[in-house]
Amino acid sequence: MTDMHAEGGGPRQPPSDALPSEGLARSGQRRQLSPEEAAQMEEKIRKVELAISLVLRIGVVVSVAVISVGLGLMFAHHGSYVSVGGHFSYSKLTSRSTPFPHTFSSLGHAIGRGEGRGIVVLGVLILILTPVLRVAVGVLSFVYEKDPPMTIVTLYVLAVLIGSFFLAGV
Amino acid sequence: MTPLDFVVSLALISVAAGVLGSLIGLGGGVVIVPVLTLLYHVDIRLAIGASIVSVIATSSGAAAAYVRERMTNLRAGMFLEIATTTGAVSGAYLTTVLPARFLFIFFGLVLGYSSFATFRRRHVAEPLSVSNDRIANYFDLHGSYYDPAEHREIPYKVVGTKLGLALMYVAGLVSALLGIGSGALKVPAMDSAMHLPMKVSSATSNFMIGVTAAASAGVYFIRGQIDPIIAAPVAAGVLLGATFGARVLGRVTSKTVRLVFVVVLVVISLEMLQKGIFP
Repeated sequence: MTDMHAEGGGPRQPPSDALPSEGLARSGQRRQLSPEEAAQMEEKIRKVELAISLVLRIGVVVSVAVISVGLGLMFAHHGSYVSVGGHFSYSKLTSRSTPFPHTFSSLGHAIGRGEGRGIVVLGVLILILTPVLRVAVGVLSFVYEKDPPMTIVTLYVLAVLIGSFFLAGV
Repeated sequence: MTPLDFVVSLALISVAAGVLGSLIGLGGGVVIVPVLTLLYHVDIRLAIGASIVSVIATSSGAAAAYVRERMTNLRAGMFLEIATTTGAVSGAYLTTVLPARFLFIFFGLVLGYSSFATFRRRHVAEPLSVSNDRIANYFDLHGSYYDPAEHREIPYKVVGTKLGLALMYVAGLVSALLGIGSGALKVPAMDSAMHLPMKVSSATSNFMIGVTAAASAGVYFIRGQIDPIIAAPVAAGVLLGATFGARVLGRVTSKTVRLVFVVVLVVISLEMLQKGIFP
């Protein structure tokens, strides 16, 4: 099966015995696809890529919007943060002792009170979740492409990602 | 400097970090950490937390554009993520065992070598057309992309998946241990070891660093290393810059990307060695 250049050669060679298990034809190489099948495959992959790209865009736009609202509230609530001749230094907010939410319960309270910093953290968490979401969409897309090996690969990555959040004690 | 000045100036620097980070596939952390610690005198722990945020922002910001231009090899990226995410999770538990000093020296040397290897390949533009790599064939990791700089579709084959997986594991480990973007190892692993075209390596690395960073982000959040007033301008600025950098990547040549990458890599490796030798 050295049919690397078969595309331009003979039209539609008879498919080998590997036909029923396209993704698992494992003599080293994938079964050569007929032009129609190849075009269909292209179309499927393109759809998947567009879906992933859309998921990312939505995640990114939402997180930027939430972060901006949070920042706006933060400055609106604390006049001293913005006064031009003010003596309030940013370093008070970036030291090790600065209080800010870093557990889900404290985050919930901060958002409930309408605190800007809580809303910013929420936006950052949405951003952190976008890659996880992307892998999840990847799992679905490989299932849709009927590609068992890659589905397992992507499922493993998703499991490790989700597991890491639990291991962190979230 | 009031908090408002801080937020505005940091956001502007972050835009530049996002452009550079997404162009070479390293993520914005390379710029953000030194800027925060040296220029703003921010605690290193908070700087590393901001770096993780910037890496995810670079990845997600650029990826939307890259995937659409089909420069990212999604299959190879997902496949290699097996090793990186595993490395990232095991790294989070090794922090107490391995002394950071030796890691910095070790990593500095590795990066020094990989910048040399990338530099030596600066004239190589033609990708492979055959592959005997069984793993790459099994998972069908080969691909092709349209190169706007050369105005043609470029098909390529992937080799060296075992070495690639090993390097990716180390990349994930280091990313969790030192908090720096693992792209510095991912790009050479794909470019030099697996022979993916440079632009594909950079775009795929961009895709992967976000996933790797997400695997350790939970830990950073719980440890209280994600400070909102630092993370907000970094996230917003880097996202904006990364979207722009992703568009630039299409138009420049592979050689340019490699050279910019080498320069940045040399700087990082010197920085690492300095941290390891004179802590």
